[in-house]
Amino acid sequence: MIELTNISKSFGQTKALSEINLRLEKGRCVGLIGPNACGKTTLIKHFLGMVFPDKGQILVNGRSVAGDVSYKNHIGYMPQIGRYPENMSIIQVIDMIRSIRHFDGKEDLELFHSFGLDTVSYKKMRTLSGGTTQKVSATLAFMFNPTVLVLDEPTAGLDPMASEILREKIIKVRQDKLILISSHLLSELDDLLTDVIFMEEAHIKFHLTVSELFERTGEERVSRAIHKILKAGVR
Amino acid sequence: MIITCRRPGFLAITLIWSLPLWGCTLTVGSGKDFIRIADALKQASDKDTVMVFEGTYAEGTLTIRKKIIMIGIERPIIDGGMKGEVLAIKSSDVIVKGFRIIRSGSGTLDDPAGIRVYNVKKVILEDNELVDNFFGIYLQYSSGCIVRNNKIMANASEEQKIGNGIHCWKSDSLTIIGNKITGHRDGIYFEFVTHSLVWRNISKYNLRYGLHFMFSNDDDYINNVFVANGAGVAVMYTKNVLMYNNTFAESRGDASYGILLKDISDAEIIGNSFTDNTSALYLEGANRMVISKNTFRDNGWGLKIQANCMDNVVQENNFISNTFDVSTNGSLVLNTFKNNYWDKYEGYDLNKDACGDVPYRPLSLYAVVIENNPVAMLLFRSFMISLLERTEKLIPSITPESFRDDHPKMKPLDL
Amino acid sequence: MKKIASFVISDILRNKVILVYTLVLAVFSWSIFSLEDSTSKAVLSLLNLVLLTVPLVAIIFSNIYIYNSGEFIELLVSQPVKRASIWTALFAGLSSALVVSFLVGIGIPVVIFIPGKTGLILVATGIMVTLVFTSLAMLCSILMRDKARGIGLSVIIWLFMTLIYDGLVLFLMFQFADYPIEKPMVVVSALNPIDLARILVLLQIDMTVLLGFTGAVFQKMFGTTTGLAVSAILMMLWILIPFYLSLKIFKRKDL
Repeated sequence: MIELTNISKSFGQTKALSEINLRLEKGRCVGLIGPNACGKTTLIKHFLGMVFPDKGQILVNGRSVAGDVSYKNHIGYMPQIGRYPENMSIIQVIDMIRSIRHFDGKEDLELFHSFGLDTVSYKKMRTLSGGTTQKVSATLAFMFNPTVLVLDEPTAGLDPMASEILREKIIKVRQDKLILISSHLLSELDDLLTDVIFMEEAHIKFHLTVSELFERTGEERVSRAIHKILKAGVR
Repeated sequence: MIITCRRPGFLAITLIWSLPLWGCTLTVGSGKDFIRIADALKQASDKDTVMVFEGTYAEGTLTIRKKIIMIGIERPIIDGGMKGEVLAIKSSDVIVKGFRIIRSGSGTLDDPAGIRVYNVKKVILEDNELVDNFFGIYLQYSSGCIVRNNKIMANASEEQKIGNGIHCWKSDSLTIIGNKITGHRDGIYFEFVTHSLVWRNISKYNLRYGLHFMFSNDDDYINNVFVANGAGVAVMYTKNVLMYNNTFAESRGDASYGILLKDISDAEIIGNSFTDNTSALYLEGANRMVISKNTFRDNGWGLKIQANCMDNVVQENNFISNTFDVSTNGSLVLNTFKNNYWDKYEGYDLNKDACGDVPYRPLSLYAVVIENNPVAMLLFRSFMISLLERTEKLIPSITPESFRDDHPKMKPLDL
Repeated sequence: MKKIASFVISDILRNKVILVYTLVLAVFSWSIFSLEDSTSKAVLSLLNLVLLTVPLVAIIFSNIYIYNSGEFIELLVSQPVKRASIWTALFAGLSSALVVSFLVGIGIPVVIFIPGKTGLILVATGIMVTLVFTSLAMLCSILMRDKARGIGLSVIIWLFMTLIYDGLVLFLMFQFADYPIEKPMVVVSALNPIDLARILVLLQIDMTVLLGFTGAVFQKMFGTTTGLAVSAILMMLWILIPFYLSLKIFKRKDL
């Protein structure tokens, strides 16, 4: 579904991604884990064409993403910090995105209602709290029933209630989708994962299925398993 | 042929027409006394009247050698057939009236004209139309002649191929009134013509000058209109000239002037209107002139006064919407500017005497710059130039300090 | 693209700065026309407005707007929209909003008080200048990641075109005063959009003076139909080239 070959990227002197090779398939729920500034967000931005690789190739459904934007019709993206035009209200943002997506299918506005955004939809983006902004981001990501969901630190600003709603939603839709969740530390969502990718200093340290991970570490929770591996690595 | 001499029946009319009518009347035209004008002129004697009726008369050059009146009825046409002059007047006290005189010859050697007046006195040329002649009306060594209400038209494209509309040479006491001249080289040309009056003429679309005079002292130019002539009006080497209430307009182009004054002294230029000229009034070697009550509007340069002009007084004129009101080529100022209205003046009048309390410097920095370096016109009205101009107005450095009007008017003069 | 552009337009037209700009232009031009009795002086005052204020506001406002739209641009890029469409829509939206306020502020009074060729040329050059400086702002903002630097660069460009360039040209004119420099100087002046705009208006209001120059260089270079066409093409290049460069950079830019 998504295939990355030899992706390298530097920002000036800083190496953000180095020789990344990655293959992600439909039906998986992948956790992208790593410390701050390890290159998670940069990697995600590559999927979305917001950042261009210095080297390497990105294929989505077997087609190169360079110079083609139509593949984005199949991606739902929830940024780490959603930034929106300040003077627009929630409903205006949603309307605008709707108008540029040309989506034919049935829109999925479940999150919009379950987050309670329908009651505050007139509010301007600049007046919203970080959590509410994240709710808008999540709504937009799921709205067009995409086959790929890219969620960058989805639970970071959300309250536990909202996190739970999001979790339920992921479970509901994960059939036949590729879901990529990035986080520096997983907690609420780690039981959803089928795969774990651990990144450190621009490299992919390991890419394991959750069962492989548990097998190696003897742990039964993703976060603890990773801790264990890290400690072993340090030693 | 027997000529019947018919006296006019009414004494009153004859009195008004005065003496010349006491002669006989000779008629020319089909079914009249004469078929050809030339025959009538040959038969006529002093004080006779030759009445020419409608028709076209192409008889080569006609010469009037007697003191007669020649009147065209229903505007007969005298066609010169493009050879020589059409009508030559070689006698004093002749009146020619009501003809359409066309197609003189052309050539610069003998200067053929529609009507040429040779060395005589008191000739009156009135209400004629002169069309497509090399020169329109040509007077030489004549005095006391009147040229009145004639229409003189030509359609020349090059200066060399056409003469002047009304050309006067070595004459005195002429009166040129109410003529309309277009399409000639110079509309009215005076050389060595003195004590003459040019009044209410309209000179338009002539190739060179609307009015051109040289060495012609003591002449008056009043209420004439000079519009869209190639280079405007040029007057040179002359003194004691009065120019009142004339209109000088639309002389536009390189070396075009509303009036160009070169080596003129003791002239008065009063109450004229200068509109839309490249240079409205250009003075070179002009001394002791009075320039007042004129309106300079929408000209490129209002007044171009060269440094070799002195003792001129420029007062009570209106300068409105000119790109440059004044320009000069030197730093010496020997002329007086006072009580003019300058629309660019930004001073104030606290004592309410209708004159600004601070002097106005009509000479803009850029006018001086352009004088020296015409290409700099490309930068005119740019922000930088405006800044420089402002500075110069506050602290004159390039423009002569004494070039100023100490009592500029706050409101345009009612002219 | 149309949707994004129309969103940008409606967003800018609700912006307070642009409302104030429109209002100031309107107040200025109406008062000029009601205070000045001679139209040529009014045209001159308006010319200064067109040559100084309009480009300054266009370049700074556009710059700030683009910086402030960073989020908006990012949001759009993550959506299935071509980058070229986003950038072009931004330019189209910005410039049409600025042109609308120019037309409301200056265009309407000009059409009312000086209908005819002079007014038309004045308004046309004003529109051109707005477009040129919006385009330059796009380039500034893409060249400088930092907002303050971008604005600094804009001010420098504005200052260069309105003041410094003319100073250099004047210097050249006096340095080479003894040579036949008319034609090269005309070309040099025409290369600066502000000078070009100024000369086009000059040809309307100072025709009588300009006719007084040897060979009537001005008319031959600018006054003829060909001259006007060439001027228009130069202006178009000034609009298109900076925008095209900025677009090229934007297409490859990491957000």
